Amino acid sequence: MSKQQYKLLTCTINGKKVEKMIDMRASLTDVLRDDFRMTSVKKGCEVGECGACNVIIDGECFNSCIYLAIWAEGKEILTLEGLAGPNGEISDIQQAFIDEAAVQCGFCTPGFIMSATEMLLAHREFSDDEIRKLLSGHLCRCTGYENIFRAVKKTMLRRLGRDAEADAV
Amino acid sequence: MYDIKAIYEAESVAHAIQLLCEHPEAQIIAGGSDVLVQIREGKRAGKELVSIYGLDEMRGVSYEEDGAIRIGSLTSFSHITKDPIIQKHINVLGEAVDMVGGPQIRNIGTIGGNTCNGVTSADSASTLHAWDAIVEITGPDGVRRIPIHDFYIKAGVVDLKPGEVQTALIIPKESYEGYFGHYIKYAMRNAMDIATTGCSVNVKLSEDKKTIEDARIAYGVAGPVPMRAPSAEARAKGQPVTAETVKAFAEAVLEDIRPRDSWRASKEFRQHIAVTLAERALTESIRLAGGEINE
Amino acid sequence: MYVGKKVTRVDAFDKVNGRTRYTDDLCDKSAYIAKVLHSTIAHGRVVSIDTTEAEKIPGVVRVFTCFDVKEKHYFPTAGHPWSTDPSHQDVADRLVLTEEVKFYGDDIAAVVAENEVAASQAIRALKVTYEEYPFVLDVLESMKDGAPQIHKEYPNNILKHTTIRKGNYEEAIREPGLTKVEGWYTTPTVQHCHIENFICFAEMTGDRIKVVTSTQIPHIVRRVVGQALGVDWGNIQVIKPYIGGGFGNKQDVLYEPLCAWLCQQIGGHLVKLDVSREETFVSTRVRHAITNHIISWVRPDGTFAARKLEAFSDQGAYASHGHSIVAKGAGAFPQLYPCENVECDAYTVFTNKSVAGAMRGYGIPQAMWAVECHTEEVAAKMGMDPITFRRKNLMPVGYVDQFSKNELYSDTFNQCIDKGMQETDFLRKYEAYKNQTGDVRRGIGMAVFWYNTAVWPISLETSSCRMVLNQDGSFQVQLGETEIGQGADTAYTQMAADIVGVPLNMVHVVSCQDTDVTPFGTGAYASRQTYTAGFSIRQTGLLLKERILKYAQELTRMPAYNLDIADGKIIRKTDNRELMTLGELATEALYSLQHSEHLSAESTAQIKSNAYSFGCTFAEVEVDIPMCKVKLLDIVNVHDAGTIINPALAEAQVHGGMSMGIGFGLSEKLLYDAKTGRALNNNLLDYKMSTFMDHPRLRAFFVENPEPTSAFGTKALGEPPTCSIAPAIRNAVYQATGVFVNDAPVNPHNLFKRLREEKLV
Repeated sequence: MSKQQYKLLTCTINGKKVEKMIDMRASLTDVLRDDFRMTSVKKGCEVGECGACNVIIDGECFNSCIYLAIWAEGKEILTLEGLAGPNGEISDIQQAFIDEAAVQCGFCTPGFIMSATEMLLAHREFSDDEIRKLLSGHLCRCTGYENIFRAVKKTMLRRLGRDAEADAV
Repeated sequence: MYDIKAIYEAESVAHAIQLLCEHPEAQIIAGGSDVLVQIREGKRAGKELVSIYGLDEMRGVSYEEDGAIRIGSLTSFSHITKDPIIQKHINVLGEAVDMVGGPQIRNIGTIGGNTCNGVTSADSASTLHAWDAIVEITGPDGVRRIPIHDFYIKAGVVDLKPGEVQTALIIPKESYEGYFGHYIKYAMRNAMDIATTGCSVNVKLSEDKKTIEDARIAYGVAGPVPMRAPSAEARAKGQPVTAETVKAFAEAVLEDIRPRDSWRASKEFRQHIAVTLAERALTESIRLAGGEINE
Repeated sequence: MYVGKKVTRVDAFDKVNGRTRYTDDLCDKSAYIAKVLHSTIAHGRVVSIDTTEAEKIPGVVRVFTCFDVKEKHYFPTAGHPWSTDPSHQDVADRLVLTEEVKFYGDDIAAVVAENEVAASQAIRALKVTYEEYPFVLDVLESMKDGAPQIHKEYPNNILKHTTIRKGNYEEAIREPGLTKVEGWYTTPTVQHCHIENFICFAEMTGDRIKVVTSTQIPHIVRRVVGQALGVDWGNIQVIKPYIGGGFGNKQDVLYEPLCAWLCQQIGGHLVKLDVSREETFVSTRVRHAITNHIISWVRPDGTFAARKLEAFSDQGAYASHGHSIVAKGAGAFPQLYPCENVECDAYTVFTNKSVAGAMRGYGIPQAMWAVECHTEEVAAKMGMDPITFRRKNLMPVGYVDQFSKNELYSDTFNQCIDKGMQETDFLRKYEAYKNQTGDVRRGIGMAVFWYNTAVWPISLETSSCRMVLNQDGSFQVQLGETEIGQGADTAYTQMAADIVGVPLNMVHVVSCQDTDVTPFGTGAYASRQTYTAGFSIRQTGLLLKERILKYAQELTRMPAYNLDIADGKIIRKTDNRELMTLGELATEALYSLQHSEHLSAESTAQIKSNAYSFGCTFAEVEVDIPMCKVKLLDIVNVHDAGTIINPALAEAQVHGGMSMGIGFGLSEKLLYDAKTGRALNNNLLDYKMSTFMDHPRLRAFFVENPEPTSAFGTKALGEPPTCSIAPAIRNAVYQATGVFVNDAPVNPHNLFKRLREEKLV
């Protein structure tokens, strides 16, 4: 075993610029969970198959378990903890997950909400099949995906000003 | 935390080559969706890595002077799918890599990594084979370009010499101009899966759309590395656009492919699926090319 | 009243905020990391383990091998209530680390290290010498004379064989004019795939060991850790925070004993044992694969003269939940389609594979696969449509099971079938899909299921509840029946609010369970949480109310029997006048200089009843014959779970069960290498649980016939949704293609095999 390598990581996490000496071997999951206590980033497989550790990096979703933390240098990272407003008010997609009973054990929930967040930032309509595909990088064993689908589709339609259609989903 | 002996971050292609020469045991890591998984499994644990993930010069799709399409090896699958050049000329490649894993994997996975790992199931590989892609390799002795067919040596082994980095994949103009193609991934699930068999077909029809001027077909998981089916191609070339031609083409693939029995699928099953996919992918390619299959 | 209303989950807000703490989120960073060395042979004995290289690795604290386990405290692992009768106790066949290897993946050594990397390196550095024995993977092979003997106490590897005999089968089959229908139906080994893998950590304070664990059964874990370590049970404290799914896997004691033992061996330092996904598949628990053989003798009028079932359940290497699983399925057989003459033989058989335990449905998904595949064949052979045939033979209203005393009080089956037919336009589609040709064909099919709610009278049913009033009149509710994602805490909140007479926000269910504090309860399993806890919530709530009203009498001079609590206020029933708020009363009670009293209530309800819970699935498919693929177009479940406590949560829970059933029917199967016994696809890529793109919209409906034995009219809903999905899909595939697939799942491999046999591809 050679000498441990460390590196100063400078990046933005949930809108806040941070600097931290990190172990170069760390995954972004390790750093977010252990160094920044962002425990919404869950470990379900650690090989990029379940999606529980999903975060948004520079606008795109990544499984942070198979993303070396050193690669986050200079990047903007958004985790579920970053979605709430300054007074703790939750985003529409989080509220929709509550309203549609899209949460059960809750372990896959943070990852799903982050993928939904990326999708909703496109501010356009996606077909049902497209929604399914955009969320297909996450496994859930509790919900059968049905209420997650409802929550995401309703939020998409509401953001497009189509409340009546949203109610009918 | 990964069991990694040391990580060297490359700042340019030249620097990557230098690092690889200085650390001959080191493994290149691009997006890491294969390498990190193997480290965790223990297969590559305790090794040195040269990370090329930060090399933006190896990202993006562009035209070369002669009209060839150049895809930087670090271009992620999702960026290939969204790229207007790809969409215009070889949309099938964008569609094929849009079937890899799930969205997060398509954001981290690179086309270079997908080919350099030398696996037969890679969704990009069969389409790159079917389009006669050229692999650009940069090393201590400069740049060399070889056909993708020659790049694959055997399962898991590609033609990368010490100090070399795959820097781009190139689709020559004559390979794509006038061709229309379709890829079918046969897998057990509609997402988060690897291909049981993947089949990529493209055709060039005569001006009147009645004759197949050229047809190319390549498979993933029909042998140890991605492969073309030359007997099938010969069976279609110059033939009229008919159901008979399509059928003969599809059945001829059995002369070329070498699937094996494994726990993932039986040989008999793979053969059956390979024929079915050939028939359907050619039919769809003909339709995309503006042809109509006459009985 | 809140029962019956769509109330928001009490834990949803925190879960969408990422604030909910699961086991790993609670573990201090000072924890040592433990990793387990699993055997790389399927059967044999560990001769030696060379730890020299492993011990040299910087950061390694200690290496423990099976030879370090000096005190051999064999322990059982099933999450069953303990039986004080030794003849009914679960089989104690596990050690924290074992020399005797019984499957590929058995636990033979462990490393404790300062960090994960050192622990993994040390595991890889251990050198094991084995003496290998022949092994057996197939359940029928395992029963043969001369097969490798896995546990010496069980000849022919049969853990248990039970029989049911009714009437005279041999006599009955001699009736003239009978049609014989016979088939073999198999279900695969599948895994729970909760997204949070199993994880626990342990540390010692004084002589006591605290274990924080992702479990469904904290009080049972306490007992088993005590048994495994030879420690007084009271010296074990088990804490269960929120858990990321369990589905029965965590209804077994998994690695808590090993983690506690390692902690004890190193003097009590905090140790975390975080099981990987790959280990979760192989070395925790799986669902029993069951091979079923059914023979039916049918009269020309479509009634059964005699029936026979033989079921062979693959237990894997250790007893765990053992025979209870196949016994439950066999018990359903004579009841679902009652017949005068029945023979059932159920066998549970050891093999050198992953250990089978509880999984959502507890034997019924396997039994319904066999029975409902078979029923479809009987109907087809008798020239009857599947609905008419089932209606004619299904358990009638008023049926009473003499053992459990369960009664079918309502016309549940017909009501559920009617609803399913209406929602899927069954009759029209069934006609339209007859006699199709071509490559792509459609079909519609259905299946019913039998279920019961709790475990009485096979096992103890007990629930204890505590309610503790706060200064503001709100109160905590504590129960041993745990929240595991299913929404139990929300249902309990609704029930408690209704019984005591307060708004929802005055009820605080304590979700995190701590065996030092939480009243005794056996945990979350079967489909019993709302049913069982309902009794103790009702009883304890009434007790608390009585104490509140007695105190109110002192304050108001009104007799308690003229008082009530409504919407958090003390009401005089004679004129409905609000006399005071519960908050005012509670503050007075706690701080009164005249009579200070902490108002609380605690009681135990032992439940000596159980309840049937029935329903059905309707499925519509499109089969692409050359591609050997089934596309599910529509799927509908209809349940009679009695009174629905929370329609939104009930529907959501049905969706989840349907999804698991879709995987069971179409894609999931854990595979083992015939040459080595190694699991081949123990990861989420190669094991095919359904993704977001593998489902149509899931549709759930309820027929509500309040259950008369139940405290709130409710009965089983947790497991039933997963029981009839697979055979309904298979029966739809049959209608589309005319081909019966009897080996689940109906994946392309199995479908290809059958289509080729029938010369369709």
